Amino acid sequence: MTEQIPKEELLAPGHRACAGCGCVLAIRHVLKALGKNVIIACATGCMEVVTTPYPETSWRVPWIHAAFENAAAVASGVAAALKAMGKGGIKAVAIAGDGGTADIGLQALSGTVERGDNVLFICYDNEAYQNTGIQRSGATPFGAWTTTTPIGRVKRGEDRPKKDVPRIIAAHGAPYVATASIAYPLDLIKKLRKAAAVEGPTYVHVHASCVPGWRIDTSKSIEVAKLAVLTGAWMLYEIENGEFRLTFKPPKRRPIAEYLKLQGRFRHLTDGEIAEIQRMVDEQCKRFGIE
Amino acid sequence: MKQILTGNEAAAIAAKLARVKVISAYPITPQTAIVEKLAEFVADGELEAEFMKVESEHSAMSACIGAAAAGARTFTATSSQGLMLMSEMLYIASGLRLPVVMANANRALSSPLNIWCDQQDSMAVRDSGWVQLYCEDNQEILDSILQAYRVAEELLLPVMVCFDGYILSHTAEPVDVPEQGEVDKFLPPYELPHPLDPERPVTMGPVGVPEYYQEIRCMLQEAVRVAEDKIAEIDRAFGRRFGRRYGLIERYRSDDAEVVLLTLGSLSGTARGLIDRYRKRGEKVGLVKLRVFRPFPFGELIDALGHAKAVAVLEKDVSLGSGGALFIDAAAAFIDVARRPLMLNFICGLGGRDVTQLDIREAIRVAGRAAETGVVRRAVRWLGLREKIVGLRPKL
Repeated sequence: MTEQIPKEELLAPGHRACAGCGCVLAIRHVLKALGKNVIIACATGCMEVVTTPYPETSWRVPWIHAAFENAAAVASGVAAALKAMGKGGIKAVAIAGDGGTADIGLQALSGTVERGDNVLFICYDNEAYQNTGIQRSGATPFGAWTTTTPIGRVKRGEDRPKKDVPRIIAAHGAPYVATASIAYPLDLIKKLRKAAAVEGPTYVHVHASCVPGWRIDTSKSIEVAKLAVLTGAWMLYEIENGEFRLTFKPPKRRPIAEYLKLQGRFRHLTDGEIAEIQRMVDEQCKRFGIE
Repeated sequence: MKQILTGNEAAAIAAKLARVKVISAYPITPQTAIVEKLAEFVADGELEAEFMKVESEHSAMSACIGAAAAGARTFTATSSQGLMLMSEMLYIASGLRLPVVMANANRALSSPLNIWCDQQDSMAVRDSGWVQLYCEDNQEILDSILQAYRVAEELLLPVMVCFDGYILSHTAEPVDVPEQGEVDKFLPPYELPHPLDPERPVTMGPVGVPEYYQEIRCMLQEAVRVAEDKIAEIDRAFGRRFGRRYGLIERYRSDDAEVVLLTLGSLSGTARGLIDRYRKRGEKVGLVKLRVFRPFPFGELIDALGHAKAVAVLEKDVSLGSGGALFIDAAAAFIDVARRPLMLNFICGLGGRDVTQLDIREAIRVAGRAAETGVVRRAVRWLGLREKIVGLRPKL
């Protein structure tokens, strides 16, 4: 499959992403997977900010940014215009971070999917409002430190589990929903192509590491993202016409501590708290059919 | 052909005549009938357009932005709270220089909740970079929407056509509906010069860093400011084809008037009849109706009002903590003009309160007294209050 991945870079270098940024890597793969015949509506967030400092742009495909919460609605408008003008073969794509998807953007996303609009929505999930300086979002995992879930005498980081957006979207009856990770680029590209080929609303949720937000070394972005999958903290699956299918089963699930210990955002966790997270991960994996 | 139409029907027919390609709307009283009518046109195949039934006004405007950026002629309609929910996106539509056209059936703002007419909603977004037209009757609604597309597309600016909720939106009047062929000649198919298109990729809506933001903002301000000439030019072209013209402002028996009423929207119609009666008695009272509120036609207003002794600005809005929005700008127009009228502001008709001829007589009486004495005792007054409000001491 690697030979089917174009060498051409549709995301130009010179952008302002942090060294080791997992999200910009996700976007690079997205563009390689989808090719040139797309129109992208991007939400406010890291990927918008780092790629378009006027008068420069990294986007070699048509791209629009309007606001934070409405990437899906803008993409729906693009899709409607393409249909009304009889322009086929162009895919309307929305891109948003986890805040622009799980929190402030959820209403617009729900509307787009419920209406059956021909839009591919891609969430790059770095598990907090990293662009504004690491505040928790609905997608922040249990136990994580952020600036709004600090480690204090009384409270110890995020106290709620991660919001399960892919299954919320699947519950709308979307014909194709998938999760992916920057550590599994071939799987990611395959799923994006599948999603783009569907005439209707599709959703791909990409887990992507954040160097400053996760407090990791710039050389560890892929390793950490991979450990998320190997420990079961993040799972790779697709839901096609309502049928759930794991696309990757970790051969022997690694202890969650291996994932947590590489990240400064989990540094405060006690053995007891790690055991609690292990229990939560085990339970979740069991529900999804991973041993 | 003459038809009996409500303001909402006139707006919907105008959008259909404009051959809009994407309609994106959310129901809200008193606008709803516009998009219901458009939904019928689309359902019956009378209008070939995508009708997007979005989940909020915020998404309605967002979808219009996406569709307009992709090159489609777009339309939406709203009122009141819907306009407020959209307001974030209004600034973005103009900042992106997208020619979206919207009808706003003017309605009061919560709280308290009130579904009836005033103009606080559109006045609250007067700084958003949209051209704002205010209509006096249903014919003007239809004509203004057709003109709005030409203005929007020639200037790359969004245009809001405002008309009074219920007073116009739900009241039927004879409206001359132009032939489709004539409209097509006036309003040719639209092509955005820089659409989102994979053949020629563009980036729209980047980060405007401090080194550039101010210039981009200044360019937008210039675009809105000079829109005055284009609006007038398109209005003249419309007049040549359809026989109806409106101007940026309309002077009604005001050229030799000592006391001039300055109004917006349907209030102008109420005032017009009254002016005739004053004139019959030989009293020099006139009316200036402001049709284009953004860009604010400073020059034309100075020209129309400069000779008057007193100007009474009647409006259905208030910039809380200041005065009426129209009054603030009208007064500012004379800041560096040597010969200037006394300016008085009358806030009236909020939340659907009827503005009667009695109310307008009161405004004329107070303005007349100011003209005689040369003194304005209180610049901002409220008309038609039910009871005295502590601190305001309204003179009823």
